[in-house]
Amino acid sequence: MTTATLRKIVLPLLGLTGVLVVWAMLSQAIAPDLPSPLRTWRESSRYVLDPFFKDGEMNQGILRLAFYSLVRVAKGYALALAIGTPLGFLLGLSRTFHAAFDPIVQFLRPISPLAWLPLGLVIFQKSEPAAVFTIALCAMWPTVINTAVGVRSISQDYLNVGRVLKLSRKKMLTKIIVPATLPYVFTGYRLSLGLAWLVIVAAEMLTGTPGVGGFLWQEYNSLVYSHIILSVATIGAVGLLLDRLMGLVEARVKSV
Amino acid sequence: MPYLEVRALAKSYATPSRTTNVLDGVNLALDEREFVAIVGYSGSGKTTLVSLIAGLITPDAGEIVLDGAPVRGPGPERGIVFQQYSLLPWMTVYENVALAVDAVSPGRSATERKRLTQEFIALVNLTPATWKRPSQLSGGMRQRVAVARGLAMRPKVLLMDEPFSAVDALTRANLQDELLRIWNEHRSTVVLITNDVDEAILMSDRIYPMTPGPGAVLGPAIEVGLPRPRQRRHMSLEPAYQKARQAIVEFLRASRRAGV
Repeated sequence: MTTATLRKIVLPLLGLTGVLVVWAMLSQAIAPDLPSPLRTWRESSRYVLDPFFKDGEMNQGILRLAFYSLVRVAKGYALALAIGTPLGFLLGLSRTFHAAFDPIVQFLRPISPLAWLPLGLVIFQKSEPAAVFTIALCAMWPTVINTAVGVRSISQDYLNVGRVLKLSRKKMLTKIIVPATLPYVFTGYRLSLGLAWLVIVAAEMLTGTPGVGGFLWQEYNSLVYSHIILSVATIGAVGLLLDRLMGLVEARVKSV
Repeated sequence: MPYLEVRALAKSYATPSRTTNVLDGVNLALDEREFVAIVGYSGSGKTTLVSLIAGLITPDAGEIVLDGAPVRGPGPERGIVFQQYSLLPWMTVYENVALAVDAVSPGRSATERKRLTQEFIALVNLTPATWKRPSQLSGGMRQRVAVARGLAMRPKVLLMDEPFSAVDALTRANLQDELLRIWNEHRSTVVLITNDVDEAILMSDRIYPMTPGPGAVLGPAIEVGLPRPRQRRHMSLEPAYQKARQAIVEFLRASRRAGV
């Protein structure tokens, strides 16, 4: 066995086994309401093995539920990027704009999704746009801040090239400022996607919409605890997948 | 009246703790199609002088006049080859050069601009690398792209800030020969900043030594009496070469002693 297979396959499997053992012991000895790994699998296998079935609004295969959540996240995330990217560029480019809005950004940034959601419901009166609104508001800050930092850390050498050539404002932006900032922007996009996915659970719990988060909350209320674990595992898996995909995109942008 | 004239140029940099006087009354005059070098120790303020002539920074006192017009801010008529290449890494060689061609010839057709861009790339022998990005090129090749871009601005005066200091000695000699060949064909007005006395003598018509800072000034110009085209191999045996070299080295040594 080579060191590489040991590190990449055997050790992670050992780690997973350790977690399962601790989990089994917990359900056995300390928290009797916590379903054991085996029982969790028994009660969830249909959701995993037939991941697209639909019996009712809240009783659906796990991938179908995840798909609903992903669509919702995609909407909120798209909105976050559409607002966050230009906002970040403005903050980075204009001292005046920065002075006027940076304090507000710093003020809004740490607000939890749980605080935004009721406000979204008040504004939109419907759960779906309120959820999208919350995702966008919470997820956009890494994009805003990374973009602004990226713009401000453009090498003076590149800017000097543009100044010597007397490039127009538009050319300066498209030929120098945007391409030079792109690696930072994509770091922001990756972090924003992680946040958007983090927020989805809270948004669905509070609005009771179908999706992984909504399912989780409903199953808690119906006392089907094994499905909470199923949901948690699904959220983790999808989140990891999204991060890896975005990491690939980011690496491509940065390789230039 | 000289083509490019720098009069009593002064520049200081202020930090909260103290003010550093970099240039204190620099005078310089160039005729059209003249190749002038400025030689000095590292850190004496040569890059500050180039940045001032390029208009990238503003002087505290003094003025710069090019072709009868005072210099206000940067512009492509004072083309510059930066010390650290400053190629845009997200663009190919072609795009880097085309950026300069397009900036100075808005009236020309797309076909003509394309032809010009390819011409400037060919001029520095980089046609095979046209579609490569700077990260795929060696240091010497990158600097040739920077030279092509500087020439593509079709400047009234080309400013070169220690253009070959970042490449190894063998590559440097090749680049010098190449620049000399290009200059012989085009005879543009050039200000070359360097810390290499031999490079200055090989390339230029006249050399201004710069005193070490703070408060650097230029010494009296030393004429390089060597005929053109010049050959690196025979140069060091010429009495004119030895005379110029001795004059520069002596001035730099004396000014350093006086400074310390």
